[in-house]
Amino acid sequence: MADQKSDDSLYPIAVLIDELKNEDIQLRLNSIKKLSTIALALGEERTRTELVPFLTETIYDEDEVLLALAEQLGTFTHLVGGPDYAMYLIPPLESLATVEETVVRDKAVESLRNVAAQHSAHDLEVHVIPTLQRLVSGEWFTSRTSACGLFSVCYPRVPASVKAELRNLFRQLCQDETPMVRRAAAGKLGEFAKVVEVEFLKSDLIPMFVQLAQDDQDSVRLLAVEACVSIAQLLQQEDVETLVMPTLRQCASDSSWRVRYVVAEKFVDLQKAVGPEITKTDLVPAFQYLLKDTEAEVRASAATKVKDFCANLDPTNREQIIMTSILPYIKELVSDANQHVKSALASVIMGLSPIFGRNNTIEHLLPLFLTQLTDEWPEVRLNIISTLDCINDVIGIQQLSQSLLPAIVELAEDSKWRVRLAIIEYMPLLAGQLGQDYFNQKLRDLCFNWLNDHVYAIREAATLNMKKIVQTFGTQWAETNIIPQILVMCKNNNYLHRMTCLFCINALADVVGADVIKRLFLPTIKTLSTDPVANVRFNVAKTLSKISAFLDTATTEAEVKPILEQLNTDADVDVKYFASEAISTIAASA
Amino acid sequence: MSAGHGETSWCFSQVKGALNDDITDADVISCVEFNHDGDLLATGDKGGRVVIFQRDPSSKAANPRRGEFNVYSTFQSHEPEFDYLKSLEIEEKINKIRWLKRKNQAHFLLSTNDKTIKLWKVSERDKCVEGYNTKEESGRILEPKQITSLRVPSIKPMDLMVEATPRRVFANAHTYHINSISVNSDQETYLSADDLRINLWNLEITNQSFNIVDIKPSNMEELTEVITAAEFHPRDCNLFVYSSSKGTIRLCDMRSAALCDQHAKLFEEPEDNEMNNKSFFREIISSISDVKMSNSGRYMMSRDYLSIKIWDLHMETKPVETYSVHEYLRTKLCSLYENDCIFDKFECCWNGNDSSIMTGSYNNFFRVFDRNTKKDLTMEASKDIIKPKTVLKPRKVYTGNKRKKDEISVDCLDFNKKILHTAWHPLENILAVAATNNLFIFQDKF
Repeated sequence: MADQKSDDSLYPIAVLIDELKNEDIQLRLNSIKKLSTIALALGEERTRTELVPFLTETIYDEDEVLLALAEQLGTFTHLVGGPDYAMYLIPPLESLATVEETVVRDKAVESLRNVAAQHSAHDLEVHVIPTLQRLVSGEWFTSRTSACGLFSVCYPRVPASVKAELRNLFRQLCQDETPMVRRAAAGKLGEFAKVVEVEFLKSDLIPMFVQLAQDDQDSVRLLAVEACVSIAQLLQQEDVETLVMPTLRQCASDSSWRVRYVVAEKFVDLQKAVGPEITKTDLVPAFQYLLKDTEAEVRASAATKVKDFCANLDPTNREQIIMTSILPYIKELVSDANQHVKSALASVIMGLSPIFGRNNTIEHLLPLFLTQLTDEWPEVRLNIISTLDCINDVIGIQQLSQSLLPAIVELAEDSKWRVRLAIIEYMPLLAGQLGQDYFNQKLRDLCFNWLNDHVYAIREAATLNMKKIVQTFGTQWAETNIIPQILVMCKNNNYLHRMTCLFCINALADVVGADVIKRLFLPTIKTLSTDPVANVRFNVAKTLSKISAFLDTATTEAEVKPILEQLNTDADVDVKYFASEAISTIAASA
Repeated sequence: MSAGHGETSWCFSQVKGALNDDITDADVISCVEFNHDGDLLATGDKGGRVVIFQRDPSSKAANPRRGEFNVYSTFQSHEPEFDYLKSLEIEEKINKIRWLKRKNQAHFLLSTNDKTIKLWKVSERDKCVEGYNTKEESGRILEPKQITSLRVPSIKPMDLMVEATPRRVFANAHTYHINSISVNSDQETYLSADDLRINLWNLEITNQSFNIVDIKPSNMEELTEVITAAEFHPRDCNLFVYSSSKGTIRLCDMRSAALCDQHAKLFEEPEDNEMNNKSFFREIISSISDVKMSNSGRYMMSRDYLSIKIWDLHMETKPVETYSVHEYLRTKLCSLYENDCIFDKFECCWNGNDSSIMTGSYNNFFRVFDRNTKKDLTMEASKDIIKPKTVLKPRKVYTGNKRKKDEISVDCLDFNKKILHTAWHPLENILAVAATNNLFIFQDKF
């Protein structure tokens, strides 16, 4: 036994054990996370007979500690002596499965599932099934909700008689008086269905599913929708039609918008689960219904599924379904009264072009894109612009460029700085798609304007944007097209703009190469080093510290160092500080 | 149980809180609430404390049963705060307490002040751990070399300890003062209402809530109405009601839309043109100070300044029952306005089977109405009767000229002694009545 040794190696373990009950939660947490070390030192037998019983009693602790404990115990089987002794881990996990904190319970159930799977079939029946029964008949709903998660691991490995009992217990949970348990049962119905024989699925589980889908509580019904997906996948086409579809139809037109919302959220999964035939006859009308739902949340959710739903339609009649049944609804959504619906649609509508093909896109979608590009809500326009790459391959961006520019300009000058920020972030993408000439003519000036924005976040983003544009178009282009304009800013009367000039130099230094830095940037920096504003001067020091990494030693010695040494004698303490920082950084890297 | 059947006469059981006249403001009770099985009774006070009383097991087992409660746990739920952005003091006063349905050995309750709602766990502990490796029982630290074996700590029983721990803090969602919280029947969500908005929360999520009602006009000068109370339906998870300062109650259905700006039903009494209309105080006294759904979910009760009204959820046009609480004050409204009493927010409550209702009044009077027999009682929570089993004598206020024995004149009522908060045990005839800093427990005669 490990504990017979009397040497110092026991001491760290002793400390760990003592810290299991330390007042400082961080130390307790630390100890729990090293539980395997403690168990190894104690040996399998003492872990089983002393450590685990002790842990079973510590459920009074903080959630973080309990969560860590629940997690550890899930991987503890080898430390208590392997699968033959796995049942020793059940009592602590069982008590953790009844605490009020959902995350802890869920983790305990997850670990229980791991541990249950490691039991032999015999042990499972002797040790795990009674645990399950106890949890199902527990006084508090917490234990009953936890029970729901154990069925799918136990069911496949027990004899038929026990299986029948398990199905009965699950039915009991589906009919529990508290909505929490019914919700848990509805949530686990799908995974339980996967392990139940098809005959019992039809005879036992389907009635439970139908019942849950008609529950009084909205929150239970909406979980039944998710079970719909799993159950439909397990059944033959005709069974889906008779056993699942009536319920699904009812959910799609449920009186509660939250249930319809979940149907919309799960729509593509449902579509895949029920197959093309039912999709054509049932889901298409249901989808139309959701796209014009009275609740905006539902419409918005359905709108985001438009692309995936169309993409997953049966290719043989896809075009016809889209043109006759879906497109009219999309057209309506483009002018929806609710901005979130429109912006949800705008985020996916461009993705429809590859599905529509060139001609249909030009004929049907292009007008919609153009409408959305002039929408009154910036988010709608932004979403269209952010997905421009989708249509480039199909119809080319030129078709849009006429309308694009006014939209971009308007967003670029929007009074809300967050909108301006968003459009800046798409600028590199736009530049790449629209090409150098277009950029030079139409967009370049916008980028310069942002550098002079009165909001710092915009100026900062604009500097980064410059860097990305240069990455796209190359140094040579930059030298003639943007660098002169940037450098001229060092003469601006406003010191904030002179700082922006420095920040640009900082950002561009990463991409332009030593030659440009030496030839164009250094003289400007030198000018700024004698700036009357201290903030500018210490930013010169910071900039020099950064760009010296790109310069050869001779240049650094000859040009950079003298400036820094001069700044190091500056009257301002901050300037001196950053100058000396820079000097030591350069010295360290040399 | 004979709750509400036949004639009940009430007797004194217990009084909690200091009995001398020296009352500090922090000790004034600001809410009273029984939990779902009635074994625990929580009070909140202006000092931000929550005191939980537990039914004495022997009083429950005794025949006849007695309603006696002992202090179970006391904790500081809220502290005074200062909002630096708005330069506002935030009082620690507990506005409402709501118990959650029990989910395990521990008990859970929500408590709120003007701005912040907290979820508390109240749990018992009767075991402690013992045994250290690195020190002796005496506390002497051992040298690493002295440790020759490892010792797993053991669990020892100890004296019962009740501890209250804050589990969740739901903050920063209310611009105005929170007046109500109510837990949904799905036991997953709850609502919180302030003067102009109602938010919906998930009990497990503190960083977001959904606004379901917003009556704030874009121009605050157009403000004519505020929300005074809100409550969920006891069974239908999608329904809730909220009352307003204009004397209306709106019932909203969360199924129809995410934002419940459109009500499903509006409960409003038709205006009585003859007398009320002319009164300057009409609008003030019609403001609803509390609304409570019945346990059955069929009715709801609203308390305005002078009366209690019972509404059938199926009938919006007028209340099915109206009980006047202190009609004799109608002629005193002017002076009640001057001393601000007219703005007092009286609460009301149902008994367990909806057959009786209770509310408070002035002069430490409280009123119990039997809905079946239409008998009403006025009783006084007075320090003069604090002898166990003392039967409470019905009190009467006289308004006319002929004063009978034991009657008290309207002019002699003490308007500083008011009973705003009362609670009725969910299963038995036990009343908890908050009179300033004292909590009185009454029960049916035994």
